[in-house]
Amino acid sequence: MDALAGERMITYDARGLVEPDDTVPRVSEIDGDRAVFDAKSLTTRQINLELRWLLYEEGVKDVTVLNPGAKHSLGVGILTRCRITFDGSLGYFGCGLIDGPEIQIKGRVGWSACENMMSGVVVIESNAGSLTGAAIRGGDVVVKGQVGARTGIDQKGGTIIVLGRAGSMTGFMMQRGRQIFCDDVGPGLGDSMYDGTIYVAGKVKSLGIDCVPGEWDDSDTELIERKFRIYGLGKPPEFQKFVCGKKLYNYDNLEPSERKLVL
Amino acid sequence: MCGIAGIIYRNGDGEHAVGHDMTAMLQSMKHRGPDSTGYALYGPASELVVMRYKLADANDARDLEFARRLEHHKADVEARLRMLGARIHKIEKETAYAYRVTFEYDGELKAITDVVEDVPHAEVLSLGHSLEIIKDLGDAEQVAKQYRLDGFVGTHAIGHVRMATESDVDISGAHPYWAYPFGDVAVVHNGQLTNYFQWKHRLERSGHRFQSECDSEVIAVYLAEKMSDGYSLEDAMRESLEALDGVFTYICVTGDALGVAKDEMAAKPLVLYEADDIVALASEEIAIRAIVDHEIETWDPYEGEVMVWTR
Repeated sequence: MDALAGERMITYDARGLVEPDDTVPRVSEIDGDRAVFDAKSLTTRQINLELRWLLYEEGVKDVTVLNPGAKHSLGVGILTRCRITFDGSLGYFGCGLIDGPEIQIKGRVGWSACENMMSGVVVIESNAGSLTGAAIRGGDVVVKGQVGARTGIDQKGGTIIVLGRAGSMTGFMMQRGRQIFCDDVGPGLGDSMYDGTIYVAGKVKSLGIDCVPGEWDDSDTELIERKFRIYGLGKPPEFQKFVCGKKLYNYDNLEPSERKLVL
Repeated sequence: MCGIAGIIYRNGDGEHAVGHDMTAMLQSMKHRGPDSTGYALYGPASELVVMRYKLADANDARDLEFARRLEHHKADVEARLRMLGARIHKIEKETAYAYRVTFEYDGELKAITDVVEDVPHAEVLSLGHSLEIIKDLGDAEQVAKQYRLDGFVGTHAIGHVRMATESDVDISGAHPYWAYPFGDVAVVHNGQLTNYFQWKHRLERSGHRFQSECDSEVIAVYLAEKMSDGYSLEDAMRESLEALDGVFTYICVTGDALGVAKDEMAAKPLVLYEADDIVALASEEIAIRAIVDHEIETWDPYEGEVMVWTR
């Protein structure tokens, strides 16, 4: 029974679901519209409160977060144009639900980074976990290392650029937007994709259901050259293009017949 | 959800605070599984056999006869060990219901387990020359305190925080699982196996016993059977990728190696940190950062990957 003692004494939860009444720690050094703070001894909620306070109330435009320590859910829900630098690694769900910021992460990110991002730029200097850029609607996600599985699952817009390898089911069910992979990708690329474009410079282990090679045109060249130029990635390698084969598009055929049956 | 972690020191000797380090890793992943916590720790290899067993569960009802029954069963276990020719060195009472026994013995480990587990409510948690499995309800700090794991010195370890999905919240359902009857082999698993009953029935037919209703136990027993057929740890793990259906990331440890395998969908997470002196892996990087206090280069292994490190 000893083991059950203290079960209700939760003091800190890495999901950030506790401490709803926590206050802004106000530990930043602010210099004009720039600020820097050390996150080492702060909880997830305190770090996010500090970021909001700086960006929304103090008029700061450029924040550097030291020692993020791979904590989860940092830099989420930032809805203003600003610049944020994480001087280290983030855990799961980093920089999700953002609209506007330009974020640089100097380390690695865990699963589901930049989930449901609306606009802005996130540059990850090292590797990223699975589900990177899940369901993003806009903006650019640049991963300079490798990514895990299911990158850009359910993507609805924006661009994901990965310099290293990518895992299985990349672009699974993507609906719009672009994915640019400069190295090999795993099995099931673009499985069940609805629309959008995937560019791969390395080897594709296997294509997913209804993902087919696409025809290259000038707009593809323009896009890739532009993105490489913006992010200083050097001369682009040669890419293959993959799009949706639209063989799974059978909703329109089914629906009228069903309607007839109903009538 | 569950969280798993593993750590292996690569510089040979056995003087590392694995108990302390594993507690730090598991505590930082408490949110992945608050039901129970388990450790498979490897101390310095010894000539003696070390056995961890339990006679009851933390949440068993405490009736009037509870203490007396435990004493009776404990004496029974001791008598049976002696009957099999084991020369007992020490019996340590870790909690009210869990014990650690060291003894000299050169017969088959299977015989020991079968005879001990014939005692009512007895379960052998681990058996071997260096492996010790400790598992109980609660978070890592509670279990570590209860079993005094902070001072455990050793070479490598795996651990697990459990969010029960398939079976009861009790010690039998907690990970790690010892690979009965294979000494010094243990497994932790994050995921679900869909062909669990098939494999359980197959393995039962070839003489293995299952102590829990938890699907993860089948991985340990499957690997044990493969290794007793002459497969290396790595080959046995590669075979398991085909044999096991479902989603999984699991870590298997032996007396001198630690291996990890991921299913073909890479559905369950794992972060890996490889340095010259240490390999640490966990469901989340935050667990690795609990023992490495500087920025590190980590990555996620890919689908269908099997990796093995030796110390």
